[in-house]
This record gives sequence, C-alpha cells and structure tokens, in this order.
Amino acid sequence: FYLTPPQVNSILKANEYSFKVPEFDGKNVSSVLGFDSNQLPANAPIEDRRSAATCLQTRGMLLGVFDGHAGCACAQAVSERLFYYIAVSLLPHETLLEIENAVESGRALLPILQWHKHPNDYFSKEASKLYFNSLRTYWQELIDLNSGETTDVREALINAFKRLDNDISLEAQVGDPNSFLNYLVLRVAFSGATACVAHVDGVDLHIANTGDSRAMLGVQEEDGSWSALNLSYDHNAQNEHEVERVKMEHPKSEEKSLVKQDRLLGLLMPFRAFGDVKFKWSIELQKRVIESGPDQLNDNEYTKFIPPNYHTPPYLTAEPEVIHHKLRPQDKFLVLATDGLWETMHRQDVARIVGEYLTGVHHQQPIAVGGYKVTLGQMHGLLTERRARISSVFEDQNAATHLIRHAVGNNEFGTVDHERLSKMLSLPEELARMYRDDITIIVVQFNSHVIGAYQNEE
Amino acid sequence: AAGMFLRLLSDIQWRAAHPKWRRMTSSQRSTSTTAEPHPVSLPAQAQVVICGGGITGTSVAYHLSKMGWKDIVLLEQGRLAAGTTRFCAGIVSTARPVSIERKMAHYSNKLYQQLEQETGVQTGYTKTGSISLAQTQDRLISLKRIASSLNVMGIPCEIISPKKVVQLHPLINIHDLVGAMYVPEDALVSSANVSLALATAASRNGVQIHERTSVSHVTVQKGRVTGVETDRGRIQCEYFVNCAGQWAYELGHSGEEPVHIPLHACEHFYLLTHPLKEPLSSSLPTVVDPDGRIYIRNWQGGILSGGFEKNPKPLFTEGRNQLEIQNLQEDWDHFGPLLSALLRRMPGLEALQIMQLVNCPESFTPDMRCIMGESPTARGYFVLAGMNSAGISYGGGAGKYLAEWMVNGYPSENVWPLDLKRFGTLQSSRTFLRHRVMEVMPLMCDLKVPRWDFQTGRQLRTSPLYDRLDAQGARWMEKHGFERVKYFVPPGKDLLDLDHSKTFYKPDWFDIVGSEVKCCKEAVCVIDMSSFTKFEISSTGDQALESLQYLFSNDLDVPVGHVVHTGMLNEKGGYENDCSIARLSKRSFFMISPTDQQVHCWAWLKNHLPDDSNLIMEDVTWKYTALNLIGPRAVDVLSELSYAPMTAEHFPSLFCKEMSVGYANGIRVMSITHTGEPGFVLYIPIEYALHVYNEVMNMGQKYGIRNAGYYALRSLRIEKFFAFWGQDLDAFTTPMECGREFQVKLEKGMQFLGQEALLEQKQNGVYKRFTMFILEDHDTDMDLWPWWGEPIFRNGRYVGKTTSSAYSYTLERHVCLGFVHHFDEKTGEELVVTTDFINQGEYEIDIAGQRFQAKAKLYPFSSLFTQRRRKDEVELSGYQRE
Repeated sequence: FYLTPPQVNSILKANEYSFKVPEFDGKNVSSVLGFDSNQLPANAPIEDRRSAATCLQTRGMLLGVFDGHAGCACAQAVSERLFYYIAVSLLPHETLLEIENAVESGRALLPILQWHKHPNDYFSKEASKLYFNSLRTYWQELIDLNSGETTDVREALINAFKRLDNDISLEAQVGDPNSFLNYLVLRVAFSGATACVAHVDGVDLHIANTGDSRAMLGVQEEDGSWSALNLSYDHNAQNEHEVERVKMEHPKSEEKSLVKQDRLLGLLMPFRAFGDVKFKWSIELQKRVIESGPDQLNDNEYTKFIPPNYHTPPYLTAEPEVIHHKLRPQDKFLVLATDGLWETMHRQDVARIVGEYLTGVHHQQPIAVGGYKVTLGQMHGLLTERRARISSVFEDQNAATHLIRHAVGNNEFGTVDHERLSKMLSLPEELARMYRDDITIIVVQFNSHVIGAYQNEE
Repeated sequence: AAGMFLRLLSDIQWRAAHPKWRRMTSSQRSTSTTAEPHPVSLPAQAQVVICGGGITGTSVAYHLSKMGWKDIVLLEQGRLAAGTTRFCAGIVSTARPVSIERKMAHYSNKLYQQLEQETGVQTGYTKTGSISLAQTQDRLISLKRIASSLNVMGIPCEIISPKKVVQLHPLINIHDLVGAMYVPEDALVSSANVSLALATAASRNGVQIHERTSVSHVTVQKGRVTGVETDRGRIQCEYFVNCAGQWAYELGHSGEEPVHIPLHACEHFYLLTHPLKEPLSSSLPTVVDPDGRIYIRNWQGGILSGGFEKNPKPLFTEGRNQLEIQNLQEDWDHFGPLLSALLRRMPGLEALQIMQLVNCPESFTPDMRCIMGESPTARGYFVLAGMNSAGISYGGGAGKYLAEWMVNGYPSENVWPLDLKRFGTLQSSRTFLRHRVMEVMPLMCDLKVPRWDFQTGRQLRTSPLYDRLDAQGARWMEKHGFERVKYFVPPGKDLLDLDHSKTFYKPDWFDIVGSEVKCCKEAVCVIDMSSFTKFEISSTGDQALESLQYLFSNDLDVPVGHVVHTGMLNEKGGYENDCSIARLSKRSFFMISPTDQQVHCWAWLKNHLPDDSNLIMEDVTWKYTALNLIGPRAVDVLSELSYAPMTAEHFPSLFCKEMSVGYANGIRVMSITHTGEPGFVLYIPIEYALHVYNEVMNMGQKYGIRNAGYYALRSLRIEKFFAFWGQDLDAFTTPMECGREFQVKLEKGMQFLGQEALLEQKQNGVYKRFTMFILEDHDTDMDLWPWWGEPIFRNGRYVGKTTSSAYSYTLERHVCLGFVHHFDEKTGEELVVTTDFINQGEYEIDIAGQRFQAKAKLYPFSSLFTQRRRKDEVELSGYQRE
C-alpha cells in the first residue's frame, strides 16, 4: 500500500502557510519579503507550535517555533503569549501609559500585534482573560519601573522570556476558581516547551533561543553557492558550554547526577525550557500544588514523580540566549525549526535545498533585456534552464513544505524518494513518533535590495 | 557565466523604460507631416465624428472623405497611430481563410502601395511576398484551400516544395516541412506611417483631426446618435464611428444606451533584433509558420518575430483605461516556446543579438472576425474594431466597406460575417470574452478543419431538453450561444474516438448521421430546433399585415392558419433574412428566422416598421421549445398523441394550428420540417417541453422514433437543394437568383421592399444563379471532402464558389450548392446567366487544388421524393436553414 503523489501532497500541505509582506506598508520598507511555514505532526496531537506576528506599535516582525514536551499545553500557551510579552517589553513608556489608560477607562486598546496564523493555529478563548491580566500586571510594573532608557531588544527578549515563565509558574501556584482554567494552568506549568524566536527590524536580526530548536541563516556566497550560519546554540548535552553552565549553578556534589544519558537529571533533553516546574519548584511546592490540585493531576504518574537527585532547584531556566546579527545582502533567508528537522538534516543541506528552491522561485520573476547584449541563443538557453528548474520545484509553493519533503523523503543520495516519503507518511499514529519527531519550520525570506539600501545609509 | 548573466538580467528589470524603442518611433514620427496637436478648438457640430486615430479610424476618415463626405472630425485620445497600430508588425497578407477577409486584405495591399505617391508620406511599403509553411499534410491541405481561393481572385499564389522555400529564404530550416504556400505580392509597411499617410490625405480632404481629445460618451436620442461628449466639449453629430480599438468595448458601454462591442485585449509579443552581420535584405519574404505559431519578417537588417502562443494572457478584463498603450512588461518565459519555434525554423539566428521584446495588446473577438457595422440600437452609431491582430491587413479594406456602408447604406460586398449585429448582448459578458479570447488567440494558428467549433463560453443558452438529450449521447455545436445537437452517438460506440473527428476527409460520424438520415426517410426522428429566432408581431388593426406586406416579398394576406415562406429583402432585392411566417389570427403573425438573426432581424424590423404604439413586436425566442418531427410516421405519432386526424386532408402542408399534445395544450403545430421531408414542427411553451418530448418518444417507439441532429438535417436539406440564409443566401442574393420566384408576389397588390429590383431582374435576367452540383468522380472514402468556398469551374473557367456542401445518403454522392456567374471571356464583365448557360457546361469543383467533375442541376431530383410527395408540396424548394 502506497500513498499516491497527490495524497502525499495533501498530507504535506495540510498545515502550510505563506505570508508576503507588502514591500511598503505605508510606514516602513520591510527587509522581510515574506515567510513560508509548515508543520508535520508525529505526535498525536502535535506538540510543536509556531507563531508569527508583526509588531504594530514598534517596528519589526516576530517569528517563532515552540517544541512542547510532556504534552502540548505549555507550547500552546507560549505560542499565544510570548510575543505579547516581547512586544510589551519593547514598547516605549508613553505607549504603555496610553494602553494602560485605555484599559482603565474601558476604551479600545491599541492593537499591539498583527498575527499571521494558519487556520489550525488556535488561541484558547477560555484563558484569554487570565493571560491578559498577567500581561497587564507586567506592563504596569514596567510603567512603574520607568527607566527612561530606550528599550534594548536583547534585554526586552530576555525579560519577556523570563517574565512569561515566571507568570506560568505563578498562575499554577495561585490556581484559578474556574476548574477548567485551574487544570489548564497546571498542565501548562507541568509540561514544557522550548522556544526559538526571531525579531527582525530592518537589518537588525535578534534570535532568542531557549532549548534545542535552532535558527539558521542561509547565505549565498559570491560564487552562487549556499552556506549556513548558525544563529543559535542548542541547549542540550551536546553543548559543552551549556553543560558547564548547569554544573556551575549547582554544588559540586551533584556534578555526576546533573547530566545522565545526555539528559538533565537523566530525564530532560533540553537544558532550558518554559514550564517544567518539576525541574524548577522545590519538592514541597510541587507536593502542595499537586495535592491541592484536581484529581486528574493526582492520577498522572508523571507529574507526581519527583526527579531523582533533586536537591538544589531550580535546575532549569527559560532565560534565552540572544544573538544579534546585522543582516547583509548575501543573507537571503532564515530558517527556524524544531529539532525534528535538525535530527534528520544537516544545516548545510538545509541551506542548499532552501537556497536552490528560493532562487528557482526567484527566477520565475521576469527577466528583461534592456540595453544588454544578449543573443537569441543565449536567451533560449536561459529560458530552457528556467523551465527545467521550475518543473523540479513545481510541486511545492512553500519553502517549508519543500524542506519537509526532503527531511522525510530523502534517500541516501539526498534526493526525495517517493516510496520512502509515502512509507513515512503512512505510518500509523503510534509508530510515527518512533521514526520521526514533530517538525515545524519557518523560512523567512529577506529583501536583499532593501537590506543593501539600509547598508548604504549607514 | 550563465549565473552571472542571470543576475544581470534580474537586476535590470527595475528599469522600465526602453529608450531605444522610444527613439526609434519618434524618428519615424518626425517624417510625418500631419498630426501635431491641434491648438484649434473643437467644432460645435459635424456630420461624422470618428473616435480613434489608429489604422481603422484613419482609414474610415480617408475613405469617407474620398467618397465626398467632408464634414468629418477625427478624435484621438493620445496621438495618431499611438495604440496597437504603433506596435503592429506591419505585415500585409492576403493569405486569410475567410473570403471577405481576403478581399479586405487585397484592397488594403493595393491601397498602401500607392499611398506614398498619393500623400508624400513614406509608408515603407515593400513588396516582399510571404511564405506560409506546412509541417503536416493537413496544414498543407488548408494552405491549398487558401491558394485555390486566392488564385481565382487573381492574386498570384503557388504551393511550393521545401526546396523552393530555401531558394526564397535561405535562413529557413526545411527538414520538417512538407510544403509551403508562396504569395509573392504580400507586403510590409510601417503601420504607424500608413496610418499617418491616411490621416494626411484625409485632412487634405477636409477631415479635422484633433489629438489628445477623449470621447467620454456618445449621446443618443430616440434611437439616433445626436452628439459626442469629449473632455474638450461637445460635438453635435449625425454619425459616430467607434474605432477605439481595444477600448471600443468600454466606449460602447459608456453611453446611456450601451452598444455591445464584444472584444477583449490579449498581450501579444514579438521580438526585435539587431541587424545580422550581413544585414537581411528588406525584400526578403515574410515567413509564417503556423505549426510553430510564429511569423518572421525582416526588420532593419534584423528580424521581427512574434506569434500566437497556446496560453495567451488576456488583459484589461476589468477595463483599465489609459491614454496611449504603455509599454507593458516583457515576459520572456511566456515567449520561450515561440523563441524555440523561431530558432528551430531559423537555427542560424542563434548568435543574433536581441534588441527588444515588444508587448502590445491586440483585441480579439469571439469568432476571430473583425467587427463592423451599425449598432442595432442606436442609428448612426458605427463601429470598426476587433481586428484580431490583422489590423494592417484589413484596415484599408475594412475602412472602405464601412465608409460605403455609411454613405450608400450598404457596402459593396457581403460583410455579414463581420457585421456587429451577428452578436447580441449575450456575447458581451467580460467573463465570456476573457475565456473566449483565450481560445481565439491560439486559434489564429491552429489548424481549422471542417465543422470545428469553439470550446469556451459554451452551454450558455440551452433547450430545456439539454440534459435529456445529452444523456442520450448528443454531441453539441454552438450557434449564437445556443447549444444544438450535431448527432447522437449510439450506446456502445467508442466516444473518445468520436471526439477526434477532426479531418478534411470522411469523418468518423459518417455512419451515425447516415442512420439518422435513414430514420428520417423511413420512420420518424426528433430534432430539437429551439435555437430558432421567434418573433410575434401583432396590432390592434391592420397595421401588422400592412407593414409586413411591405417588408416581405411573399403575400402574407393568407387565411389564418397558413404558413408562408418569404424573404425579408432590402432595396436591391437581396435577402436580409429568410423566414417562415404563420398567420395566427387576422392581426397577429408568428415569425421564425435563423438563430443568428435575433439581433439583425429585430433591428431591421425596428428600423422599418412604422413608429406606431398599436403595432406590437415581441421576441419570444426563449418562450418556445421547437421539436421537429421528421419522417413519414410523424403523422401517426402526432395523431395518436392529439386524438386529431393529421393526414394531409385535415392538416395540409404549410399549415399551422394550436392543439394539444399529450396533456399539454396550446402547442403550435406547423406542417413544415425545413427539410422537404413530411412531418411537423412543434412550438411548445417551454414548461411543457419535457412532457411533450417524453410523450412523443414514448408514443413514437412503436414507429421506430429516434433522436437526430443538425448534421442529418443538413444532409437532407442540401440534397433537396434548400438554400440556407447566412450560408447560401445573403444581402446580395435575390429570390430570382436562387430559383425562388414563386416566393415573390410581384402582383400582391401593394408595394414591397425590393420589388423594383426584382422586377428589373425579371425583365433583364440574373447575373448569378444558385446551382446544385453532384460530384461525379469523388471517392467519399478516399478523397478530400468539400466544405464550402470551393471554386467552381465551367469548361475550365472559374465561374463562382460553393456556399455549402453535404454528403447525400440518398444519392450516395456529395452535393455542393453554389452560385454560377457568367464572366465575359475577354473583359471579365459579368453577363446574364441563363438556364442554357448552366445546363450546357462541363463543371468541376476545386477542393484544395484537386478538381472533381460535377453535374450541375437547377432543380432537385424529383424522382427521389415523388413517392412521398403530397399534392401541394410547396415547401419543396422552400426555405431552409441549419
């Protein structure tokens, strides 16, 4: 039994989403041409999440992928809330005041974010009030703190990450009179999620990463070839600095038990994450919350289980590592993806495949002769070449989909093997997770002309 | 290197301007003597206002002023010859498939040739000749058909071998060619300068030309043009001519009373190159490679090559107005296949340097023919537009015909195939036009075999029985938007195979239609003929009868219940329409005309009937479904269904009665079948259509009833020598010329339109005669089939052309109908055609260059029909249509 190519396509394309940024939105010339995103589930339901939004009160665009574990609750909450925390952290004092006054007097709120969502990317209605109140408390504190300094993006990102994780923790400790919400905040806190977020504003690209998702820049070399530039470090056992950091934060007596089998306390793969209060709270706090919590929580063996050698919490943080990069004209695209992609593909291959895909599409743009010396034969050769390229990438209109097709279907020669693709996609739910992880990808395409112009200004 | 090259190209796309082209055209323009913007203010009134300063507008102005009309204003929104005309490839070619188009192109060629001498404006006229290439045998056949037609027009033309092609044009790769057609007198011109020359001559003749003046709309009062509103004020006028090219549709719709001009623009691409190392001679023939979809002409030492791609890009569907045609984007990827075809045809051009890819919009029409004539709703509103990328070839001739039309009331040639009134509002939908022109543009190059049909814009008008018939295997063709059955594929036949019936030879439906014909002859068949145009004309007093008696040549003062076949003639006695009229009561008439008469006939009647509120005319086409019951057993079916005796004694031929059929009452039954076979046509109010059809089919079962289509009908009518309006009959044919004196009542006691002309013909004789030809040595299985338009030779001399043809299953021979002329052997002058002249000749019909012996007959084979003839079978030579 094989899936037909159209069946394969319908599975691969079910979650694809593309957004084209208007080159000039009335205020700014955007350095982002647009982005393609997609995700392919292995877990049922999928535990990955993705978000994309344009900041409306400040400049720039936010994009992020979130890889959940022990359920999807935390990844879902972070995907809904983190960008608001970042946006608020970036807002100038006056805007914060304006927003607070609007809320106070019941006036319409200034819109903060414009979301770019696939229809499957949902927000929970029930928790919105709760989330909003936490967010409001945050900006009220920011107003009180008024430092008078201009907001630094790096700091804003770090603050936002830490604050949101803190709020998740607090909400779970306080609980909620509504039993549904009460259970929800507990599930959010007891599950975990990594986050890899990009903030693009003109030539300033900031990547804030917590966990083992990855951001990678696709760079076109002068000879036309493609190379990958890492813009994040994985927070896991393979990262020596990360292992070092964890060890520094705990007494030497725990050195041996901190990282076992490449996992934190022998349990957790990512060394940084949202939620996961089991690695953050004291044992007493955990016990108290679980006991007073709803029955479903008590029945869950995982939540009740206290990690071994748990002496000096917290063992885990949501604080991101932020990397700033000045975009150059040769920086053509950015790939944000959860570890599901990076487990199967080397970043160099990712750079090449996306690069060739995008130039294939790019070359569909019209060519013009103008005053150049071109012969009929040269033009004919060029057009033939373009046609050939178009037909090979013709299947996918979305760079993320194209990448997933390769990630899942590549054979040993690095080309997509339909038979393999079909097999991988027709695995039954319970088996799928054994052969592959959830994959979520965002490919952001940059406008080299705009970036070049920015550079010249500086 | 290719990579670098790519980047260079994508970087320069930001620069939109094409300075080289601009400079080139302005240098061309500087040679002109007219056409600087008039500082003069617009006149307050004029006899004629022409909108559009392209080739068509200037040609109309030129010819009107030549014919003596002086009070003419030509308005151009931008500058003269700045639209499609400026970008036109400038090829004047007579190698066209339609007769009237060949005539227009031929005239244009002669006109342009002497234009420079006449006006002093350089037109760049060069007689280069043209070569049309055939890559397949079928293509060669279609070229041979054109060659036959050109030769009898006196235009030199020959079918040549690939070897000869190389001698004429050394660059052509001939390895895939089977032959070609060479037309040595085809020419090249600078289209903008031709237009400027025409404008120069017109302005010397008194035509006022105003550039940078836009017409906003045309005002119409009481159905007549009264004036034109422009951005520089109003001009009162009697005549308005819409020559606005691709904007003609929008301009037509801008007034309060819209004039529907169905055309739509498509992007059209052609390539200009730098000169070759050894520059091409300016006398090198133009090459048309229809199988490669391209044309190639010499241009300033290099080449100009464009084409008609399979996937055209329609534009301005939403109607984006703009002044001159801006340089549209060049689209090399789109042009790719045409470039491949060019390099395949001329591989030696690989190293030739590109100058520019020009993108210029061309307007196309729903049937690939241009649009001319007067609006059916606004008198004095004339149109000439929609040139389907042949504006230069047709411009001169089309302008002449339109000028004649305006000055004399009708052009000197039959232009019905181009008449605006062949269209109605139904072809005016932008969606329809967009889809249709996407089919039409590639069709410019596609091979057109007999009975080809459009595939887009279908299923617009249908009979209520459409689904029923379709489920029974109906195959459809379209006329005036109406779906009509060609034939029924019997169950079990291979359908796929049948759809590939595109051939110049015996088609695969031959046996299917044969069995339908047999059933019509021996039992009974039903043909859905609902597409007929149906009008009801009634009055409170005798006005209806009196007016119709004036408009129709036959006597309509017949007893109630009688049906009369009659022509609706013009002053020259020619057929404007050919119809059947039933007298429903003393004061009301039911008129049936061909499908495509809906707009034309309505306009004709509106224009000729007195303005009398007691005279009521209604178009009831949509109200009735028409079922034609053909065959000897029709009478049995109908009498069983109606419990009424239907035999000839009770229901004579050419009789009409309202009766009940099945449960349904008020069915108009007429004892005519349009084929000469016995039977009836039932005009059924549409809500009863399905019921009556079911009843007829159920009852008919025991009489062997079956469905039939129009192909069977055509075979039946042609073997009985029935002429069909629009195919055989036109405004230049009188009843005297087609053996229908008996449908003309010269002594009916009152004057009628065309009477004088007919009287004169009766006295002096006719100059052409409708004749039936039976092909003698034609092998139906092996030989090319006749279609229509084949030259007729009498004693080896050309005497006329066929107008229709069909295989007669009764005679087991092909029958062609056509007109025989008598040209004086020395002077070529037309002489009277007598019966003896017809009977005493040896005839041949030329099918794609091959001549077949034919027997000429002026009367049908009576022996074929005597057994079933009723005593008053007046219908026999009666009216007919398909």
